[in-house]
Amino acid sequence: MHGLINRAIECFVRDTYGEDRWGDVTRLAGLSFTGFEAMLRYDDYITENVLNATSEVLDRPQNEVLEDIGTYLVSHPNVEGLRRLLRFGGVNFVEFLHSLDDLSDRVRLAVSDLDLPRVELREHSLNHFSLICQSEIKGYGFVLLGLLRAMADDYGALAILEYQGGGQGVENISIMLIESSYSDGRLFELGARSA
Amino acid sequence: MTQRTKNSADLDTVLDVLCPMHVTLDATGHIRHAGPTLQKLYTEGDLIGRRFLEVFELNRPRAIATMTELLSVCGVKLHLQFRNAPRTGLKGILVVGPEPDEAIINLSFGISILDGVRDYALTSADFAATDLTVEMLYLIEAKSAAMEASRTLNLRLQGAMIAAEEQAFTDTLTGLKNRRAMDHVLSRMLGSDEPFALMHLDLDFFKAVNDTLGHAAGDHVLQKVARIMVDETRDVDTISRVGGDEFVLIFPGLTDHATLERVALRVISLLEEPIPFEGAMCKISASIGTVLSSDYDDPTAEQLFADADVALYASKHAGRACHRFYVDELRDNVQNTKPPTGRDAHQAKAG
Repeated sequence: MHGLINRAIECFVRDTYGEDRWGDVTRLAGLSFTGFEAMLRYDDYITENVLNATSEVLDRPQNEVLEDIGTYLVSHPNVEGLRRLLRFGGVNFVEFLHSLDDLSDRVRLAVSDLDLPRVELREHSLNHFSLICQSEIKGYGFVLLGLLRAMADDYGALAILEYQGGGQGVENISIMLIESSYSDGRLFELGARSA
Repeated sequence: MTQRTKNSADLDTVLDVLCPMHVTLDATGHIRHAGPTLQKLYTEGDLIGRRFLEVFELNRPRAIATMTELLSVCGVKLHLQFRNAPRTGLKGILVVGPEPDEAIINLSFGISILDGVRDYALTSADFAATDLTVEMLYLIEAKSAAMEASRTLNLRLQGAMIAAEEQAFTDTLTGLKNRRAMDHVLSRMLGSDEPFALMHLDLDFFKAVNDTLGHAAGDHVLQKVARIMVDETRDVDTISRVGGDEFVLIFPGLTDHATLERVALRVISLLEEPIPFEGAMCKISASIGTVLSSDYDDPTAEQLFADADVALYASKHAGRACHRFYVDELRDNVQNTKPPTGRDAHQAKAG
Protein backbone atom coordinates (compact mmCIF):
# COMPACT_ATOMS: atom_id res chain seq x y z
CA MET A 1 0.00 0.00 0.00
CA HIS A 2 1.21 3.49 -0.75
CA GLY A 3 2.76 5.32 2.17
CA LEU A 4 0.33 8.22 1.70
CA ILE A 5 -2.59 5.98 2.62
CA ASN A 6 -0.84 4.59 5.68
CA ARG A 7 0.27 8.05 6.59
CA ALA A 8 -3.34 9.28 6.33
CA ILE A 9 -4.43 6.69 8.88
CA GLU A 10 -1.53 7.62 11.12
CA CYS A 11 -2.22 11.38 10.97
CA PHE A 12 -5.90 10.74 11.60
CA VAL A 13 -5.13 8.87 14.82
CA ARG A 14 -2.43 11.32 15.93
CA ASP A 15 -4.36 14.51 15.19
CA THR A 16 -7.67 13.24 16.51
CA TYR A 17 -6.71 11.06 19.46
CA GLY A 18 -3.13 12.03 20.28
CA GLU A 19 0.35 10.54 20.22
CA ASP A 20 -0.29 8.01 22.98
CA ARG A 21 -3.13 6.36 21.14
CA TRP A 22 -1.02 6.17 18.02
CA GLY A 23 1.68 4.55 20.10
CA ASP A 24 -0.87 1.96 21.22
CA VAL A 25 -1.83 1.33 17.60
CA THR A 26 1.75 0.80 16.44
CA ARG A 27 2.40 -1.63 19.28
CA LEU A 28 -0.78 -3.56 18.69
CA ALA A 29 -0.15 -3.66 14.94
CA GLY A 30 3.39 -4.87 15.60
CA LEU A 31 5.04 -2.05 13.67
CA SER A 32 8.81 -1.85 14.01
CA PHE A 33 8.72 1.94 13.43
CA THR A 34 6.75 4.82 14.86
CA GLY A 35 5.61 6.58 11.72
CA PHE A 36 4.96 5.97 8.03
CA GLU A 37 6.84 7.74 5.27
CA ALA A 38 4.38 9.29 2.82
CA MET A 39 6.55 8.60 -0.19
CA LEU A 40 7.47 4.98 0.44
CA ARG A 41 5.56 1.77 -0.21
CA TYR A 42 4.55 -0.74 2.41
CA ASP A 43 3.19 -4.28 2.27
CA ASP A 44 -0.60 -4.44 2.16
CA TYR A 45 -0.88 -6.52 5.31
CA ILE A 46 0.64 -3.64 7.28
CA THR A 47 -2.27 -1.36 6.38
CA GLU A 48 -4.72 -4.08 7.35
CA ASN A 49 -2.98 -4.60 10.70
CA VAL A 50 -2.93 -0.88 11.40
CA LEU A 51 -6.63 -0.50 10.59
CA ASN A 52 -7.56 -3.46 12.79
CA ALA A 53 -5.39 -2.13 15.59
CA THR A 54 -6.89 1.37 15.25
CA SER A 55 -10.39 0.03 15.51
CA GLU A 56 -9.42 -2.02 18.56
CA VAL A 57 -7.54 0.78 20.31
CA LEU A 58 -10.36 3.26 19.71
CA ASP A 59 -12.91 0.56 20.54
CA ARG A 60 -15.05 1.45 17.53
CA PRO A 61 -16.28 -0.52 14.53
CA GLN A 62 -13.90 -0.34 11.60
CA ASN A 63 -16.48 1.14 9.24
CA GLU A 64 -16.98 4.08 11.56
CA VAL A 65 -13.25 4.59 11.81
CA LEU A 66 -12.93 4.54 8.01
CA GLU A 67 -15.72 7.07 7.63
CA ASP A 68 -14.04 9.32 10.19
CA ILE A 69 -10.78 9.07 8.28
CA GLY A 70 -12.60 10.32 5.18
CA THR A 71 -14.06 13.25 7.11
CA TYR A 72 -10.72 14.00 8.73
CA LEU A 73 -8.99 14.17 5.34
CA VAL A 74 -11.19 17.06 4.26
CA SER A 75 -11.85 18.91 7.47
CA HIS A 76 -8.70 18.85 9.60
CA PRO A 77 -6.47 21.93 9.29
CA ASN A 78 -3.35 19.74 9.16
CA VAL A 79 -4.46 18.30 5.84
CA GLU A 80 -5.81 21.53 4.34
CA GLY A 81 -3.77 20.88 1.20
CA LEU A 82 -5.86 17.84 0.34
CA ARG A 83 -9.15 19.71 0.76
CA ARG A 84 -7.84 22.35 -1.62
CA LEU A 85 -6.88 19.76 -4.21
CA LEU A 86 -10.36 18.29 -4.04
CA ARG A 87 -11.97 21.71 -4.34
CA PHE A 88 -10.20 22.19 -7.66
CA GLY A 89 -12.58 19.53 -8.91
CA GLY A 90 -15.50 21.90 -9.30
CA VAL A 91 -17.10 25.19 -8.37
CA ASN A 92 -20.08 23.52 -6.67
CA PHE A 93 -20.87 20.19 -5.07
CA VAL A 94 -22.47 18.68 -8.17
CA GLU A 95 -19.50 19.64 -10.32
CA PHE A 96 -17.29 18.16 -7.66
CA LEU A 97 -19.26 14.91 -7.77
CA HIS A 98 -18.75 14.76 -11.51
CA SER A 99 -15.03 15.33 -11.07
CA LEU A 100 -14.81 12.13 -8.99
CA ASP A 101 -14.78 10.10 -12.21
CA ASP A 102 -11.34 11.60 -12.84
CA LEU A 103 -10.21 11.36 -9.24
CA SER A 104 -7.77 8.51 -9.69
CA ASP A 105 -6.31 10.15 -12.82
CA ARG A 106 -5.96 13.45 -11.00
CA VAL A 107 -4.22 11.73 -8.12
CA ARG A 108 -1.85 9.98 -10.49
CA LEU A 109 -0.89 13.31 -12.08
CA ALA A 110 0.34 14.42 -8.67
CA VAL A 111 1.79 11.17 -7.33
CA SER A 112 2.38 8.83 -10.23
CA ASP A 113 2.60 5.62 -8.19
CA LEU A 114 -0.50 6.19 -6.09
CA ASP A 115 -3.29 4.04 -7.53
CA LEU A 116 -6.62 4.94 -5.98
CA PRO A 117 -9.65 2.78 -6.71
CA ARG A 118 -11.81 3.87 -9.64
CA VAL A 119 -15.10 5.54 -8.79
CA GLU A 120 -17.96 6.21 -11.13
CA LEU A 121 -20.82 8.65 -10.67
CA ARG A 122 -24.26 7.64 -11.90
CA GLU A 123 -26.81 10.41 -12.28
CA HIS A 124 -30.34 9.16 -11.68
CA SER A 125 -31.92 12.59 -11.67
CA LEU A 126 -30.82 16.19 -11.17
CA ASN A 127 -30.43 15.67 -7.45
CA HIS A 128 -30.02 11.93 -7.05
CA PHE A 129 -26.71 10.21 -7.68
CA SER A 130 -24.95 6.97 -6.92
CA LEU A 131 -21.25 6.62 -6.52
CA ILE A 132 -19.99 3.20 -7.56
CA CYS A 133 -16.63 2.34 -6.18
CA GLN A 134 -14.60 -0.64 -7.35
CA SER A 135 -12.00 -1.36 -4.81
CA GLU A 136 -9.80 -4.16 -3.62
CA ILE A 137 -9.39 -2.17 -0.44
CA LYS A 138 -12.19 -3.33 1.83
CA GLY A 139 -14.15 -0.43 3.25
CA TYR A 140 -12.82 2.19 0.83
CA GLY A 141 -16.47 3.15 0.30
CA PHE A 142 -16.73 4.22 3.93
CA VAL A 143 -13.73 6.52 3.53
CA LEU A 144 -15.41 8.04 0.49
CA LEU A 145 -18.65 8.39 2.43
CA GLY A 146 -16.94 10.41 5.16
CA LEU A 147 -15.05 12.43 2.59
CA LEU A 148 -18.21 13.25 0.60
CA ARG A 149 -20.10 14.31 3.72
CA ALA A 150 -17.32 16.70 4.63
CA MET A 151 -17.04 17.99 1.06
CA ALA A 152 -20.79 18.68 0.96
CA ASP A 153 -20.33 20.83 4.07
CA ASP A 154 -17.30 22.44 2.51
CA TYR A 155 -19.33 23.50 -0.53
CA GLY A 156 -22.24 24.51 1.71
CA ALA A 157 -24.50 21.90 0.11
CA LEU A 158 -27.17 20.00 1.99
CA ALA A 159 -27.12 16.37 0.96
CA ILE A 160 -28.12 13.01 2.36
CA LEU A 161 -25.52 10.36 1.85
CA GLU A 162 -26.02 6.70 2.51
CA TYR A 163 -23.85 3.66 2.26
CA GLN A 164 -25.85 1.19 0.19
CA GLY A 165 -23.68 -1.78 0.90
CA GLY A 166 -21.39 -3.63 -1.35
CA GLY A 167 -19.91 -6.95 -2.21
CA GLN A 168 -17.40 -8.55 -4.53
CA GLY A 169 -15.22 -5.47 -4.53
CA VAL A 170 -18.01 -3.05 -5.49
CA GLU A 171 -19.45 -0.53 -3.06
CA ASN A 172 -22.31 1.86 -3.59
CA ILE A 173 -23.05 5.24 -2.04
CA SER A 174 -26.33 7.01 -2.62
CA ILE A 175 -26.30 10.81 -2.73
CA MET A 176 -29.45 12.85 -2.46
CA LEU A 177 -28.88 16.54 -2.94
CA ILE A 178 -31.46 18.63 -1.07
CA GLU A 179 -30.01 22.06 -1.65
CA SER A 180 -26.77 22.95 -3.38
CA SER A 181 -26.21 26.26 -1.59
CA TYR A 182 -27.70 25.60 1.80
CA SER A 183 -24.93 27.45 3.65
CA ASP A 184 -21.94 29.55 2.70
CA GLY A 185 -19.60 26.61 2.98
CA ARG A 186 -15.90 27.24 3.31
CA LEU A 187 -13.91 29.74 1.36
CA PHE A 188 -11.84 28.48 -1.54
CA GLU A 189 -9.40 30.79 -3.28
CA LEU A 190 -7.83 29.44 -6.44
CA GLY A 191 -4.49 31.07 -5.77
CA ALA A 192 -4.25 30.83 -1.99
CA ARG A 193 -0.78 30.18 -0.71
CA SER A 194 -0.80 26.73 0.80
CA ALA A 195 0.37 26.53 4.37
CA MET B 1 -24.78 50.39 -39.67
CA THR B 2 -27.44 48.59 -37.63
CA GLN B 3 -26.28 45.30 -39.10
CA ARG B 4 -22.70 46.00 -38.09
CA THR B 5 -23.66 46.81 -34.51
CA LYS B 6 -25.69 43.64 -34.16
CA ASN B 7 -22.91 41.44 -35.54
CA SER B 8 -20.37 43.06 -33.27
CA ALA B 9 -22.59 42.67 -30.26
CA ASP B 10 -23.07 38.97 -31.09
CA LEU B 11 -19.36 38.53 -31.46
CA ASP B 12 -18.70 40.30 -28.15
CA THR B 13 -21.06 37.92 -26.39
CA VAL B 14 -19.42 34.89 -27.98
CA LEU B 15 -15.94 36.06 -27.16
CA ASP B 16 -16.86 36.93 -23.57
CA VAL B 17 -17.53 33.21 -23.07
CA LEU B 18 -14.71 31.76 -25.15
CA CYS B 19 -12.02 34.34 -24.43
CA PRO B 20 -12.94 36.27 -21.27
CA MET B 21 -9.62 38.11 -21.46
CA HIS B 22 -9.99 39.62 -24.92
CA VAL B 23 -10.29 43.24 -26.05
CA THR B 24 -11.71 44.65 -29.23
CA LEU B 25 -10.05 47.79 -30.56
CA ASP B 26 -11.59 50.29 -32.93
CA ALA B 27 -9.78 51.87 -35.87
CA THR B 28 -8.17 54.50 -33.63
CA GLY B 29 -6.72 51.93 -31.22
CA HIS B 30 -9.24 52.57 -28.48
CA ILE B 31 -10.90 49.76 -26.56
CA ARG B 32 -14.41 49.23 -27.84
CA HIS B 33 -15.15 46.13 -25.76
CA ALA B 34 -13.34 44.14 -23.07
CA GLY B 35 -13.94 40.60 -21.84
CA PRO B 36 -15.23 40.32 -18.26
CA THR B 37 -12.05 38.84 -16.76
CA LEU B 38 -9.78 41.41 -18.37
CA GLN B 39 -12.06 44.16 -17.07
CA LYS B 40 -11.75 42.60 -13.60
CA LEU B 41 -7.96 42.86 -13.81
CA TYR B 42 -8.15 46.58 -14.57
CA THR B 43 -8.70 48.37 -11.31
CA GLU B 44 -8.58 51.94 -12.64
CA GLY B 45 -12.14 51.98 -13.91
CA ASP B 46 -13.77 51.13 -17.20
CA LEU B 47 -11.46 49.86 -19.92
CA ILE B 48 -13.84 50.88 -22.65
CA GLY B 49 -12.88 54.10 -24.38
CA ARG B 50 -9.24 53.97 -23.27
CA ARG B 51 -6.38 53.73 -25.72
CA PHE B 52 -5.04 50.17 -25.66
CA LEU B 53 -1.39 51.26 -25.71
CA GLU B 54 -1.99 53.61 -22.79
CA VAL B 55 -3.30 50.76 -20.64
CA PHE B 56 -0.76 48.18 -21.79
CA GLU B 57 2.94 48.42 -22.46
CA LEU B 58 4.10 46.25 -25.30
CA ASN B 59 7.49 44.66 -24.48
CA ARG B 60 7.80 42.52 -27.55
CA PRO B 61 7.68 43.32 -30.38
CA ARG B 62 9.03 46.74 -29.37
CA ALA B 63 8.43 50.24 -30.68
CA ILE B 64 4.75 49.85 -31.40
CA ALA B 65 3.09 53.24 -30.90
CA THR B 66 0.17 53.44 -33.27
CA MET B 67 -2.84 51.37 -34.30
CA THR B 68 -1.29 50.90 -37.74
CA GLU B 69 1.83 49.46 -36.18
CA LEU B 70 -0.30 47.25 -33.95
CA LEU B 71 -2.15 45.87 -36.96
CA SER B 72 1.19 45.08 -38.56
CA VAL B 73 2.02 42.57 -35.78
CA CYS B 74 -1.15 40.63 -36.47
CA GLY B 75 -0.63 36.93 -35.71
CA VAL B 76 2.60 37.52 -33.81
CA LYS B 77 2.88 36.47 -30.17
CA LEU B 78 2.82 39.61 -28.04
CA HIS B 79 4.49 40.14 -24.67
CA LEU B 80 2.91 42.96 -22.75
CA GLN B 81 2.10 44.17 -19.28
CA PHE B 82 -0.31 46.48 -17.54
CA ARG B 83 1.11 49.95 -17.08
CA ASN B 84 -0.47 50.20 -13.63
CA ALA B 85 0.61 48.14 -10.60
CA PRO B 86 1.13 45.27 -10.11
CA ARG B 87 2.22 45.51 -13.75
CA THR B 88 1.15 41.94 -14.41
CA GLY B 89 2.83 40.40 -17.43
CA LEU B 90 0.57 38.98 -20.12
CA LYS B 91 0.81 37.15 -23.39
CA GLY B 92 -1.39 38.07 -26.30
CA ILE B 93 -2.23 37.64 -29.92
CA LEU B 94 -3.87 40.12 -32.25
CA VAL B 95 -6.20 39.28 -35.09
CA VAL B 96 -7.97 41.63 -37.46
CA GLY B 97 -11.65 41.71 -36.59
CA PRO B 98 -14.54 40.99 -38.92
CA GLU B 99 -15.38 44.70 -39.03
CA PRO B 100 -13.06 46.89 -41.12
CA ASP B 101 -10.09 48.34 -39.15
CA GLU B 102 -11.11 46.55 -35.96
CA ALA B 103 -8.67 44.36 -34.09
CA ILE B 104 -9.29 41.69 -31.49
CA ILE B 105 -6.52 40.90 -29.01
CA ASN B 106 -6.78 37.83 -26.80
CA LEU B 107 -4.70 37.90 -23.66
CA SER B 108 -3.57 35.34 -21.13
CA PHE B 109 -1.35 35.19 -18.08
CA GLY B 110 1.31 32.85 -19.35
CA ILE B 111 3.80 31.93 -16.70
CA SER B 112 2.66 34.67 -14.31
CA ILE B 113 -0.62 32.80 -13.82
CA LEU B 114 -0.08 31.94 -10.16
CA ASP B 115 0.64 35.54 -9.18
CA GLY B 116 -2.21 36.72 -11.37
CA VAL B 117 -4.74 34.47 -9.74
CA ARG B 118 -3.58 35.61 -6.30
CA ASP B 119 -3.27 39.29 -7.07
CA TYR B 120 -6.73 39.52 -8.60
CA ALA B 121 -8.50 36.84 -6.51
CA LEU B 122 -9.69 35.08 -9.65
CA THR B 123 -12.06 32.14 -9.49
CA SER B 124 -12.89 29.28 -11.83
CA ALA B 125 -15.70 31.43 -13.25
CA ASP B 126 -13.11 33.90 -14.55
CA PHE B 127 -11.70 31.35 -16.94
CA ALA B 128 -13.31 29.81 -19.98
CA ALA B 129 -14.72 26.37 -19.20
CA THR B 130 -12.21 24.86 -21.64
CA ASP B 131 -9.28 26.78 -20.20
CA LEU B 132 -6.76 24.48 -18.50
CA THR B 133 -5.70 27.11 -15.97
CA VAL B 134 -7.60 25.57 -13.08
CA GLU B 135 -6.11 22.16 -13.87
CA MET B 136 -2.71 23.75 -13.98
CA LEU B 137 -3.21 25.40 -10.61
CA TYR B 138 -4.30 22.02 -9.28
CA LEU B 139 -1.13 20.46 -10.64
CA ILE B 140 1.08 23.15 -9.19
CA GLU B 141 -0.39 22.59 -5.74
CA ALA B 142 -0.40 18.82 -6.01
CA LYS B 143 3.20 18.73 -7.22
CA SER B 144 4.34 21.16 -4.56
CA ALA B 145 2.75 18.97 -1.90
CA ALA B 146 4.35 15.84 -3.34
CA MET B 147 7.72 17.59 -3.60
CA GLU B 148 7.42 18.73 -0.02
CA ALA B 149 6.69 15.17 1.10
CA SER B 150 9.70 13.92 -0.87
CA ARG B 151 11.88 16.66 0.55
CA THR B 152 10.86 15.71 4.08
CA LEU B 153 11.67 12.10 3.31
CA ASN B 154 15.05 13.07 1.87
CA LEU B 155 15.88 15.09 4.95
CA ARG B 156 14.99 12.19 7.19
CA LEU B 157 16.95 9.74 5.07
CA GLN B 158 19.93 12.07 5.12
CA GLY B 159 19.69 12.20 8.91
CA ALA B 160 19.52 8.42 9.04
CA MET B 161 22.51 8.16 6.72
CA ILE B 162 24.59 10.46 8.90
CA ALA B 163 23.58 8.48 11.97
CA ALA B 164 24.48 5.23 10.22
CA GLU B 165 27.83 6.62 9.17
CA GLU B 166 28.51 7.69 12.72
CA GLN B 167 27.72 4.22 13.90
CA ALA B 168 29.81 2.58 11.21
CA PHE B 169 32.88 0.66 12.22
CA THR B 170 34.84 0.90 9.02
CA ASP B 171 37.28 3.47 7.76
CA THR B 172 35.95 3.91 4.24
CA LEU B 173 39.28 4.87 2.68
CA THR B 174 41.34 1.91 3.83
CA GLY B 175 38.68 -0.65 4.73
CA LEU B 176 40.35 -0.99 8.12
CA LYS B 177 38.42 -0.65 11.37
CA ASN B 178 37.92 2.88 12.63
CA ARG B 179 38.53 4.31 16.06
CA ARG B 180 35.05 3.42 17.32
CA ALA B 181 35.48 -0.20 16.28
CA MET B 182 38.90 -0.28 17.92
CA ASP B 183 37.43 1.11 21.16
CA HIS B 184 34.88 -1.72 21.13
CA VAL B 185 37.49 -4.38 20.52
CA LEU B 186 39.76 -2.95 23.17
CA SER B 187 37.07 -2.79 25.84
CA ARG B 188 36.10 -6.36 24.98
CA MET B 189 39.73 -7.46 25.32
CA LEU B 190 40.09 -5.61 28.62
CA GLY B 191 37.01 -7.42 29.86
CA SER B 192 38.39 -10.84 29.02
CA ASP B 193 41.24 -12.71 30.65
CA GLU B 194 43.17 -13.10 27.45
CA PRO B 195 46.38 -11.05 27.36
CA PHE B 196 47.10 -9.00 24.27
CA ALA B 197 49.56 -6.56 22.73
CA LEU B 198 48.66 -3.10 21.49
CA MET B 199 50.79 -1.35 18.89
CA HIS B 200 50.53 2.31 18.08
CA LEU B 201 51.94 2.95 14.61
CA ASP B 202 52.51 6.41 13.22
CA LEU B 203 53.61 7.06 9.66
CA ASP B 204 56.69 9.19 9.12
CA PHE B 205 57.00 11.63 6.20
CA PHE B 206 53.38 11.05 5.21
CA LYS B 207 52.62 14.76 5.42
CA ALA B 208 55.38 15.40 2.87
CA VAL B 209 53.72 12.99 0.42
CA ASN B 210 50.40 14.74 0.86
CA ASP B 211 51.95 18.18 0.51
CA THR B 212 54.13 17.50 -2.52
CA LEU B 213 52.11 14.91 -4.46
CA GLY B 214 48.59 15.74 -3.34
CA HIS B 215 45.81 14.03 -1.50
CA ALA B 216 45.25 11.40 -4.17
CA ALA B 217 48.82 10.21 -3.61
CA GLY B 218 48.25 10.33 0.16
CA ASP B 219 45.11 8.24 -0.16
CA HIS B 220 46.91 5.75 -2.35
CA VAL B 221 49.71 5.44 0.20
CA LEU B 222 47.25 4.88 3.05
CA GLN B 223 45.56 2.10 1.10
CA LYS B 224 48.91 0.46 0.41
CA VAL B 225 49.90 0.81 4.08
CA ALA B 226 46.63 -0.83 5.10
CA ARG B 227 47.26 -3.75 2.74
CA ILE B 228 50.76 -4.29 4.13
CA MET B 229 49.50 -4.38 7.70
CA VAL B 230 46.69 -6.75 6.86
CA ASP B 231 49.12 -9.05 5.03
CA GLU B 232 51.59 -9.06 7.90
CA THR B 233 49.11 -9.83 10.68
CA ARG B 234 46.78 -12.66 11.56
CA ASP B 235 43.04 -12.75 10.92
CA VAL B 236 42.34 -12.48 14.64
CA ASP B 237 44.31 -9.25 14.95
CA THR B 238 42.50 -5.94 14.78
CA ILE B 239 43.98 -3.17 12.67
CA SER B 240 42.37 0.24 12.89
CA ARG B 241 43.05 3.64 11.48
CA VAL B 242 42.54 6.01 14.38
CA GLY B 243 43.82 9.25 12.86
CA GLY B 244 45.04 10.65 9.55
CA ASP B 245 48.25 8.61 9.54
CA GLU B 246 47.93 6.77 12.83
CA PHE B 247 47.08 3.13 13.27
CA VAL B 248 46.42 0.88 16.25
CA LEU B 249 47.01 -2.86 16.03
CA ILE B 250 45.67 -5.24 18.67
CA PHE B 251 47.11 -8.76 18.88
CA PRO B 252 44.97 -11.06 21.04
CA GLY B 253 46.93 -13.73 22.89
CA LEU B 254 50.27 -12.47 21.61
CA THR B 255 52.69 -11.17 24.25
CA ASP B 256 55.95 -12.66 23.03
CA HIS B 257 58.48 -9.83 22.63
CA ALA B 258 60.47 -11.50 19.88
CA THR B 259 57.43 -12.19 17.71
CA LEU B 260 56.03 -8.71 18.17
CA GLU B 261 59.38 -7.14 17.44
CA ARG B 262 59.68 -9.21 14.26
CA VAL B 263 56.21 -8.19 13.09
CA ALA B 264 56.85 -4.51 13.86
CA LEU B 265 60.19 -4.36 12.11
CA ARG B 266 58.89 -6.25 9.10
CA VAL B 267 55.96 -3.87 8.75
CA ILE B 268 58.32 -0.88 8.99
CA SER B 269 60.68 -2.28 6.38
CA LEU B 270 57.81 -3.02 3.98
CA LEU B 271 56.42 0.49 4.49
CA GLU B 272 59.80 1.92 3.62
CA GLU B 273 59.71 0.44 0.14
CA PRO B 274 58.85 3.37 -2.14
CA ILE B 275 55.24 3.28 -3.33
CA PRO B 276 54.80 4.27 -6.98
CA PHE B 277 51.99 6.67 -7.75
CA GLU B 278 51.42 8.14 -11.21
CA GLY B 279 55.07 8.12 -12.12
CA ALA B 280 56.27 9.48 -8.76
CA MET B 281 57.71 7.54 -5.84
CA CYS B 282 56.18 8.05 -2.42
CA LYS B 283 58.68 7.43 0.33
CA ILE B 284 57.44 7.02 3.88
CA SER B 285 58.40 5.18 7.02
CA ALA B 286 56.81 4.41 10.36
CA SER B 287 57.51 4.44 14.09
CA ILE B 288 55.88 2.01 16.47
CA GLY B 289 55.32 1.82 20.22
CA THR B 290 53.97 -1.35 21.82
CA VAL B 291 52.41 -2.17 25.18
CA LEU B 292 51.50 -5.57 26.63
CA SER B 293 48.39 -5.92 28.74
CA SER B 294 50.18 -8.61 30.71
CA ASP B 295 52.56 -5.95 32.10
CA TYR B 296 49.68 -4.47 34.13
CA ASP B 297 47.68 -5.75 37.06
CA ASP B 298 44.59 -3.91 36.03
CA PRO B 299 45.10 -2.37 32.59
CA THR B 300 42.82 0.44 31.38
CA ALA B 301 42.46 1.78 27.85
CA GLU B 302 43.76 5.21 28.93
CA GLN B 303 46.84 3.71 30.53
CA LEU B 304 47.60 1.47 27.56
CA PHE B 305 47.27 4.31 25.07
CA ALA B 306 49.30 6.71 27.16
CA ASP B 307 52.12 4.20 27.55
CA ALA B 308 51.98 3.13 23.90
CA ASP B 309 52.37 6.81 23.03
CA VAL B 310 55.45 7.11 25.24
CA ALA B 311 56.95 4.09 23.48
CA LEU B 312 56.02 5.58 20.11
CA TYR B 313 57.63 8.94 20.95
CA ALA B 314 60.73 7.11 22.13
CA SER B 315 60.90 5.41 18.73
CA LYS B 316 60.54 8.77 17.01
CA HIS B 317 63.32 10.28 19.10
CA ALA B 318 65.49 7.30 18.37
CA GLY B 319 65.54 8.40 14.76
CA ARG B 320 62.21 7.12 13.41
CA ALA B 321 61.66 3.77 11.66
CA CYS B 322 62.08 2.21 15.11
CA HIS B 323 60.04 0.01 17.38
CA ARG B 324 60.01 0.25 21.22
CA PHE B 325 58.22 -1.70 23.92
CA TYR B 326 56.95 0.40 26.73
CA VAL B 327 58.91 0.24 29.98
CA ASP B 328 58.55 2.69 32.83
CA GLU B 329 62.15 3.86 32.34
CA LEU B 330 61.13 5.48 29.07
CA ARG B 331 59.32 8.10 31.11
CA ASP B 332 62.63 9.14 32.70
CA ASN B 333 63.42 10.94 29.50
CA VAL B 334 60.95 13.78 29.63
CA GLN B 335 61.15 14.06 25.81
CA ASN B 336 59.30 10.80 25.52
CA THR B 337 56.23 12.10 27.30
CA LYS B 338 55.68 14.67 24.58
CA PRO B 339 55.28 14.25 20.85
CA PRO B 340 58.38 15.22 18.84
CA THR B 341 58.37 18.84 17.72
CA GLY B 342 56.66 19.49 14.44
CA ARG B 343 53.98 16.97 15.07
CA ASP B 344 50.42 18.20 15.06
CA ALA B 345 48.82 19.01 18.35
CA HIS B 346 45.86 16.73 17.65
CA GLN B 347 48.19 13.80 17.28
CA ALA B 348 49.73 14.59 20.63
CA LYS B 349 46.32 14.13 22.16
CA ALA B 350 45.59 10.90 20.30
CA GLY B 351 44.77 8.03 22.57
